Amino acid sequence: MSSDQQVSLSVKDLNVAYRQQMILWDVSVDFLEHSLFAIVGPNGAGKSTLLKAALGLIPKISGSVTFWGKPLSEVRQRVAYVPQRESVDWDFPIDACGVVAMGLFHQLGWFKPVGKKERTKAEEALDRVGLFDYRKRQISELSGGQQQRVFLARALVQNADLYLMDEPFASVDAATEQAIVNVLHDMKSEGKSVVCIHHDLETVRDFFDRIVLLNMKVVAAGEMDEVLTHDHLAKTYGGKHHLLDRVTRKIRGNEIVL
Amino acid sequence: MITPLLGDLLLLEWSQLMRIVRLEDYNTRMVFLGTATFSSLGGMVGTFLLLRKRSLMSDTISHATLPGVGIAFLFLYGFTEVGKSLPLLLLGAGISSLLGVGLIQFVRRWSRLKDDVAMAIVLSFFFGVGITLLTLIQQLPTGNAAGLEQFIYGKASAMTAGDATFIFIAALLTTLVCGLFYKELALLCFDRDFAKAKGLPTELLDFILLLLITVTTVIGLQAIGLLLVVAMLIIPAAAARFWTHDLSKMMWVAMGIGLISGMGGVFLSAAFPRLPAGAVIVLMASLFFLISMVFGTYRGLLLGWLKHHRLSQRIRLQHLLRAIYEWLEKHGQCGDILDDEFGIHDIRPFRAWDSGILELSFRKALKDGLIETSKNKFRLTGNGAREALKTVRHHRLWELFLIRYADTAPGRVDRDADAIEHVLEPEIIEDLEKALELESQAKRIPTSPHFIETISRSANG
Repeated sequence: MSSDQQVSLSVKDLNVAYRQQMILWDVSVDFLEHSLFAIVGPNGAGKSTLLKAALGLIPKISGSVTFWGKPLSEVRQRVAYVPQRESVDWDFPIDACGVVAMGLFHQLGWFKPVGKKERTKAEEALDRVGLFDYRKRQISELSGGQQQRVFLARALVQNADLYLMDEPFASVDAATEQAIVNVLHDMKSEGKSVVCIHHDLETVRDFFDRIVLLNMKVVAAGEMDEVLTHDHLAKTYGGKHHLLDRVTRKIRGNEIVL
Repeated sequence: MITPLLGDLLLLEWSQLMRIVRLEDYNTRMVFLGTATFSSLGGMVGTFLLLRKRSLMSDTISHATLPGVGIAFLFLYGFTEVGKSLPLLLLGAGISSLLGVGLIQFVRRWSRLKDDVAMAIVLSFFFGVGITLLTLIQQLPTGNAAGLEQFIYGKASAMTAGDATFIFIAALLTTLVCGLFYKELALLCFDRDFAKAKGLPTELLDFILLLLITVTTVIGLQAIGLLLVVAMLIIPAAAARFWTHDLSKMMWVAMGIGLISGMGGVFLSAAFPRLPAGAVIVLMASLFFLISMVFGTYRGLLLGWLKHHRLSQRIRLQHLLRAIYEWLEKHGQCGDILDDEFGIHDIRPFRAWDSGILELSFRKALKDGLIETSKNKFRLTGNGAREALKTVRHHRLWELFLIRYADTAPGRVDRDADAIEHVLEPEIIEDLEKALELESQAKRIPTSPHFIETISRSANG
């Protein structure tokens, strides 16, 4: 089945260093189309770096990154990025709708102001994440989860084919978690692809169907059940992760039930 | 003491003053035009600068203009022996400050030093070079007359019609660029990574912003001088932030504050010729900042303090109503417990009241018509009964929320009970309502506004 699937994002022999410190080491991984990929790994494993380097936000030492076999500059319209919530200052003078409309700047082109059409599209995207009533709200007055959903809406409004998300589930409330999960389901059924950095080993199985275990290099990648094993986790987390045993037990539990 | 000083300062007759106010004097009109243009431009460009978090950069830019002024003067002097041509001196200033910014980037890129250190080094170095050059120029035959030190402290009154026109055209171009790249610059300031991921040329945009700041700084040199030019880039924008949370409105407010400060400064220094225009402009802008910080409608101190005061008063009233309700729940004897009478001492054991707070709350509740009194006994009014029920219900909803959503709740609890629907998602409230209903079947707690209405009517009637 997987052999029929096209690759959306392909990373080959990617090396990235910050100052004199290597962060990614010969990372090669193919993200298949129509799947929900989670990238999982310990802190400092280079998860965000992988996404940023793929998007050209930070320079790479060597390696190639292609989207559907082409460089990013040719297919930018088809790729949407959801940065970490903490990466921006939410005290910026703008409302939720204004942030979402930023996702349309590229389509709108230079010198053209945001008009009614863009605001309507932005409001529709906010509606999809359950924030229609908050569209005029100043962004600093939104809760952390709501801010995360605004970022998600800004990606949705781009109507892309591939969504790269940096920890959208990090410290969000239950309603936001549900809203993101719903959106992920929609994307899957619409045949879109998602690559999402995820920090929670306990929920990764419920939210995603494929997984990449990363710790400077790719430890394992593929179908959830094949990859999420005690052996792989121990390699990824160096056997020190406090959650490891608990999660392993959970996996074993699943295996017994299966 | 002060009168002779004022008289000394005010060297003009009333008729002369009116000439200034009516802008009858051609020269004053030009100074006015040039300074006002610069000041409002500072507000506009400064808004982007503030939001890009590069405020300190403008200080380096302004100091780094000085060597350029000196070199441009020497260059002109060598060829024409005149040396004074404002556009060319300012061109030199602009190039020199861009070099300064380039040097900051270089130091930052290759030395691991932090931004502030890199900026301080470049600022001092360029200013040192500039002062050296200026001192040398003053020893030239015509150097003393050149008056280049006006670029340090500013001398608005020296502005000629040509200078003002030059400033005006430069400002028009800057405004045009600001307008054309408005949405891209806004995105750059808010989320640079996203802009880059979307393929926007963020380096180019940062350079455009840098050019805007440099042009604004350079045309401000003559009006208020390099030491104070940074003030007009930062202060109006910072003041505007207290009045609005909309970017375009913030820009208009900042421009307005800049404009009024600029105009006021020129008027004052024309009326009191011994006052330096540049410094007066900055003082006026600072005054606006102070006013904005205290009285600002968006996040002014006074408003914040008032809101906090009102909130604590409302919470105290809610505490009182809840305590009354809880007492009535326990001790009420009539058919409708809300009709029962109670005394201050009945209520006291229900909470830890600070000294005098309980009495204060009773007085406030009486004043607001929530309770009524006769013979040292109190009773809820219809309104009070309705409020008490609502308060108890909201309080119990919040309590339930804290328990049921313990993982994410702490950051979101807004005790101002009326706002629960604005703070929590409808699905959470629905869940809480269900839980509350289950509980209430056992405990007789009011569950819905509908129920509250019927009770309050009976309490009224």
